[in-house]
Amino acid sequence: MNITELSLAELSEKLHGKELSSVEATKAYFEKINAVDGEIGAYIRLTESVALQQAENADKILAEGKGTALTGVPYGIKDNICTKGSITSCASKMLENFNPPYDAFVTTKMNAENAVMLGKMNMDEFAMGSTTENSAFKVTKNPYDITRVPGGSSGGSAAAVAAKEAVFTLGSDTGGSIRQPAAFCGVVGLKPTYGTVSRNGLVAFASSLDQIGPVARNVEDAAVVLNSIAGHDSLDSTSVNRIYGDFTAEMKNGVKGMKAALPKEYFGEGINPEVRAAVINAANEFEKMGVEIQEVSIPAMEYALPAYYVISSCEASSNLARFDGVRYGYRAENYADMDELYKKTRSEGFGKEVKRRIMLGSFALSAGYYDAYYKKALQVRTLIINGFNSIFENNDFIISPVAPTVAYKIGEKTASPVEMYLGDIYTVPVNIAGLPAISMPCGADKDGMPIGMQLIGKAFSESTLIRAGWAFENR
Amino acid sequence: MNMINNYEMVIGLEVHCELGTKTKIFCGCPTTFGAQPNTQCCPVCMGMPGTLPVLNEQVVEYAIKAGMATNCTIARCSKQDRKNYFYPDLPKAYQISQYDLPLCENGWLEIESENGTKKIGITRIHIEEDAGKLIHNDRYGTMVDCNRCGVPLIEIVSEPDIRSAEEAVAYFKKLRSIILYTGISDCKMQEGSMRCDINLSVRKKGTKEFGTRTEMKNLNSFTFIQKAIEYEYARQVYEIENGGVIVQETMRFDQASGKTFSMRKKEDANDYRYFPDPDLAPIVMSEDKLNKLKDSIPTLPDERKKAYIENYGITSYDAELITSEMSVADYFESAAKNTKYPKLLANIVISEIIKLADGENGAIAIEPLHLAQIADMQGSGEINSSVAKKVIKALWDNDEDACEYVKKNNLGQINDENVLNSLINEAIERNPKSVQDYKKGKVAAAKAIMGQVMGATKGRGNPLLIERLLNEALEALK
Repeated sequence: MNITELSLAELSEKLHGKELSSVEATKAYFEKINAVDGEIGAYIRLTESVALQQAENADKILAEGKGTALTGVPYGIKDNICTKGSITSCASKMLENFNPPYDAFVTTKMNAENAVMLGKMNMDEFAMGSTTENSAFKVTKNPYDITRVPGGSSGGSAAAVAAKEAVFTLGSDTGGSIRQPAAFCGVVGLKPTYGTVSRNGLVAFASSLDQIGPVARNVEDAAVVLNSIAGHDSLDSTSVNRIYGDFTAEMKNGVKGMKAALPKEYFGEGINPEVRAAVINAANEFEKMGVEIQEVSIPAMEYALPAYYVISSCEASSNLARFDGVRYGYRAENYADMDELYKKTRSEGFGKEVKRRIMLGSFALSAGYYDAYYKKALQVRTLIINGFNSIFENNDFIISPVAPTVAYKIGEKTASPVEMYLGDIYTVPVNIAGLPAISMPCGADKDGMPIGMQLIGKAFSESTLIRAGWAFENR
Repeated sequence: MNMINNYEMVIGLEVHCELGTKTKIFCGCPTTFGAQPNTQCCPVCMGMPGTLPVLNEQVVEYAIKAGMATNCTIARCSKQDRKNYFYPDLPKAYQISQYDLPLCENGWLEIESENGTKKIGITRIHIEEDAGKLIHNDRYGTMVDCNRCGVPLIEIVSEPDIRSAEEAVAYFKKLRSIILYTGISDCKMQEGSMRCDINLSVRKKGTKEFGTRTEMKNLNSFTFIQKAIEYEYARQVYEIENGGVIVQETMRFDQASGKTFSMRKKEDANDYRYFPDPDLAPIVMSEDKLNKLKDSIPTLPDERKKAYIENYGITSYDAELITSEMSVADYFESAAKNTKYPKLLANIVISEIIKLADGENGAIAIEPLHLAQIADMQGSGEINSSVAKKVIKALWDNDEDACEYVKKNNLGQINDENVLNSLINEAIERNPKSVQDYKKGKVAAAKAIMGQVMGATKGRGNPLLIERLLNEALEALK
């Protein structure tokens, strides 16, 4: 039995059936990590001793016939999610030695179920980027082709799942940061409806867009993880208080009679023909399964990308202002006065892309520019929400590409930030509207690089997306 | 100083008031004043990465009460915004405040000015979090105390309706009194829980346009407000009269010298880059909730003042004194119900009770009914005013039925003319010198004899009666 090849569902069954212990599984994963992560670079930090301790505890619980689907299951967690007693750096020099005295909501959930944390995943610094090249510490490589990027910002989370270095991982998605790396690495990534998973303990990039979600090997695994992390948290005012239910309950009910939309804005200029063909082909597959497909349009979509970069950068400029060298984190060594302490600390502690976004956001919020940028972006946000709403009046979900291309070469786009930003064009509208979306493989290009498709649903329709995704996966 | 009379000052106040909630505005930390540095803070109020604010609903309720008590319109839907600036006492590098949709707007309150009653407009009241404190130390340099970070504040912004230092102080006092009535803050000025910024400009009398204003920061006593305004007004007039111009700047009032100093010019002012805080939901108020809040506000000083003037015939000035503190007003009201002499009662409260209570943090040690008995006895001539004072003093230390006390200690006023006349005659015989002086026209000489008579009654004699009888006796000797 090759332990690391098992899906979450398979591994969990074996753990509960006592065919395998959590300690064995955990050791197998560390062996795998030791073998491949030198090349892949998915982990920013391993937490081996804690993991083995957690595995032993899990085995005790499993031995009593107790535990949940996640008990004893080894997983990884993005390095912008706080883990008490374990460094949470956001892949930034600024927080290189930051050891949070508290757990994130999702970390608490994982601990409560006795899942086993293998380590923290590499990412673009403060989740800003699409390739994980913006990490202050290492470059993560795409397991399908190590000369290519794994996507980002949750590049470590996606590469680890693809390289079988974790059963599943948790990522965060502000403008596509779970879905795009999942697509680039040929795995499943789920971005829940805004408010489904508490942001408490997630180091904020753009508060109105950020959402934590799972990266997994298949749709079912993603649904099982979502079951664990979805739920109201009184410590996050944007957490929605509702009954979330079991996301796997309707998973196998099939898609016959459902309606799906293909927005033409998602297949226009700039999309790679092979990506386009693969997604259209997926739509045809859905049609064969009894889904009624119709072409639709969201005219406001062309403004989504600029609106996203304004909103996210504005919020980021404020969210990241607290990293000033006064209380924790990096502090410049030599400074003459308070202003210089701030300037030097922030100049030295932040990377290029982070500084770019802070400047962009500070500018857009400045007196005299607010109305032209931030306010305008909020108006676009309303238009996009309305556009999606009208589609969902007649459709159960949207089928679209995740990114215009497959994973590209490391270093290929680092010189042109705008070109890099254009790669987010299909994912950001979902965050702007706060909707759920699932990213899953739907083919490969001629070089064998995975192509992802995105299924988008209305707010709190994760069950529908999981049902459609599962049907596609098991067709 | 003729030139100064050609000008008038235009003043608006921004008053900050710490709310008396047990916990902070966005976390569960206590708000107790004076704790050891950094013992009342947590990851949320220290702005640690990943932490989120959760609004303390009581803060909203308190702010709305302040708005209702000052005749404001209350917003049914409001929001919170981030005010971005860097300073070491501000852990998140932004203060959560309210920008364009404050909880309360368009209110007013009334003050007594030299020209009678005057309305001062209130532009807005909004909620926000306080910042921490910097502690400067020779050995360790500057340190940050985060205890105050996240203590809830309301900021009350007035219209530029104030025209003198006296009006500013009267406004500040009235606001303080109203807030104390609503019970939302202890308004302890020496602890900084109520403080104000003063916007002041001057203009030639008769002109309509406002002059350029300066802002004086963080005044926390009536005296400093008065002095700062007087100094800054004179400075601005002097500047203009000598061909200078007023520049928009932030000033600091130095308590020691009584002068104002420039802190920063307008061009150095921060661009706060306000935007709605995405971590917090809009604040929505139901009519039901608002009605409940309205019902929880006690009768306010102005309404009580009117009632006292109408029902008891006391002066506006006296009514203002009694109503300025709710505990005194409540006390007065419950005593007034039990006396036939409410006007006399008001005098006793003002001249005796308020003073005594000041020494004991406002606590009044005599039952209202007992004070009403004292007023009745004095009003009906049963005891005189000096005995009344003695009884108050005695009851303050050991409260009991005032009538019983007077009876027990035989303090009843001596009104018997025969008794008094014989005491007067004795005194006249014993003081030939004073009598001589009186005969020569020294009317004051009678006072000495009067004192002796009073002494002989052990203070119980009816002073008016003694005065009349003594005068008659002395006149008869002429």
